[in-house]
Amino acid sequence: MPLDFEKPIEDLEARINDMRQYAKEQEIDLGNEISLLENRLERLKKETFENLSRWQRVQVARAPGRPTGLDYVQNVFEDFVELHGDRALGDDPAIVTGLARLDELSVVVISQQKGRDTKENIHRNFGMAHPSGYRKAMRMFDLADKFRLPVITFIDTPGAYPGIAAEEQGQAWVIAESIQRMSRLKVPALSIVIGEGGSGGALAIGVANRVMILENAIYSVISPESCAAILWRDASQAPKAAEALRLTAKDLQTLDIVDDIIAEPSGGAHRDPETTLKCVLERIKAELKPLCQLSEADLLEQRYQRFRNLGRFAALPGS
Amino acid sequence: MTLERWFRRNRPTRKEDDNSPAGLWMKCDSCSAQIYRKDLVANDYLCPECGHHYRMPVEARAHLLTDPESFEPWSGEITPQDPLEFVDTESYVERIARAQKKQKRPDAILTGAGLLDGEPVALAIMDFFFAGGSMGSVVGEEIARAAERAAEEERSFIAVAASGGARMQEGALSLMQMAKTTVALESLSRKRLPFISVLTDPTTGGVTASFATLGDIIVAEPNSLIGFAGPRVIQQTIKQDLPEGFQRAEFLLKKGMLDEVVPRSQLKASLAGYIHLLRNGLKETAHAPGL
Repeated sequence: MPLDFEKPIEDLEARINDMRQYAKEQEIDLGNEISLLENRLERLKKETFENLSRWQRVQVARAPGRPTGLDYVQNVFEDFVELHGDRALGDDPAIVTGLARLDELSVVVISQQKGRDTKENIHRNFGMAHPSGYRKAMRMFDLADKFRLPVITFIDTPGAYPGIAAEEQGQAWVIAESIQRMSRLKVPALSIVIGEGGSGGALAIGVANRVMILENAIYSVISPESCAAILWRDASQAPKAAEALRLTAKDLQTLDIVDDIIAEPSGGAHRDPETTLKCVLERIKAELKPLCQLSEADLLEQRYQRFRNLGRFAALPGS
Repeated sequence: MTLERWFRRNRPTRKEDDNSPAGLWMKCDSCSAQIYRKDLVANDYLCPECGHHYRMPVEARAHLLTDPESFEPWSGEITPQDPLEFVDTESYVERIARAQKKQKRPDAILTGAGLLDGEPVALAIMDFFFAGGSMGSVVGEEIARAAERAAEEERSFIAVAASGGARMQEGALSLMQMAKTTVALESLSRKRLPFISVLTDPTTGGVTASFATLGDIIVAEPNSLIGFAGPRVIQQTIKQDLPEGFQRAEFLLKKGMLDEVVPRSQLKASLAGYIHLLRNGLKETAHAPGL
């Protein structure tokens, strides 16, 4: 189902297809007309996506059909092998972890995973991890350190799951610990926000040397809906909250929260997953290379400084 | 009171809010006894009848936890900006100005140094009466600076948490304070200096999910609400009633998330005990006999 603002794009695409079909049936050459329409389509996609409101951007970030963590993990890397379980409580399907190869280099991959359909979404708890998921991620940090494997994380979650069992098992405790353990990694770490970067549940696997974000992904301290429910006392004010929260890739780059933006194909990642995967692969290789030249001490120091320096405040006069 | 309630318009004036224009007498929330306010204050904000723990102003907390005349404040040199130009039903600038006027400090935290039973300590105490103790850039920076300075001056570090979570009006910058405060604790770890976290009512959200649960020792005051998500959020998610005592300190102790629930009257002695024990292990070069 297209998003509201995508309707004109879908209509135009349908017209181009109809015209192609007609030309074929009638055996006439409509090449010029079709290419005119295709140019128009390209312009329309570009204009539409350049001018999305922040709330529309939130919808793109959550769009069905957008590549999920597993799409990247399985297609970007070679020889991905999934490793299961936290060795204590279970195996949380909302976080997928494993080993993989990137050219000649072995890496640890950690990815949040939403479902690609309703059934998978329920299985994956809509990408909302329990403490067990973060414990599994921490086990991977240990493995990465021991075997000197760079860590690559894919962030896509509405947030850590707010439920009774999650609280009883120390949801807050594991998020804090995961932040700490990731900040202590002695190997290069790279994080990519591919869809929804939902609060502490996202940050738990986002304490990397370099943090990248896809052009239409978001990263926020709270979902626009919850923010609206608290500040406006009305969840339907989410579009206003999305504006206020400054949660788009460009906003986050301005605030130094992400280091760089990975461009998506025109019309968004969900309209062309294949190209998106290629772009991300290229980017991972390019980002990892310089990090692999750094010493353990430099990697730790760089990560420390990167997060230590985040924030905006002013000195009081006279102090 | 969760952050949600703090932001509610026309919220009720809290009786235990020391700055509220309440009368000389108040009724205890817990045992309904009539309490003379001055008695409450003199009793470290514990009900003289039933011992119910009221929220405590940060200066009183600093004095409670340090030896007489030894506390010296560090915080107060930085003030919030409005990086997002955030406006909801009120602008962030206005909210901050109001909170600063009410609490007479730049943001929701007091840090400083002192002696605790003779031990050099640094304290970071969150002020729940300032914007629900929410953590934005200033709170994060003050905590990070205090932890780093404590390490530099060889002090044990004590954080007293009281917070509704991250400050929404600074967006993802607030979220990043979770990472900032966490990495700053490394400076203490490297020097094997104790970090003791004291969780008070309430501690939720991004504060619980960062430095506050990374203490070498974690204690909580009785009956404190402590959690990741607020009870209302959980209730809305699962659409069931929450179990009795859920997310309270005693409940979390049973679940293995805390070292101890310590009444305020014993807090200073308890912290001193932990610090003495943790700082008297083997010296770096020494070997225990027989090892």
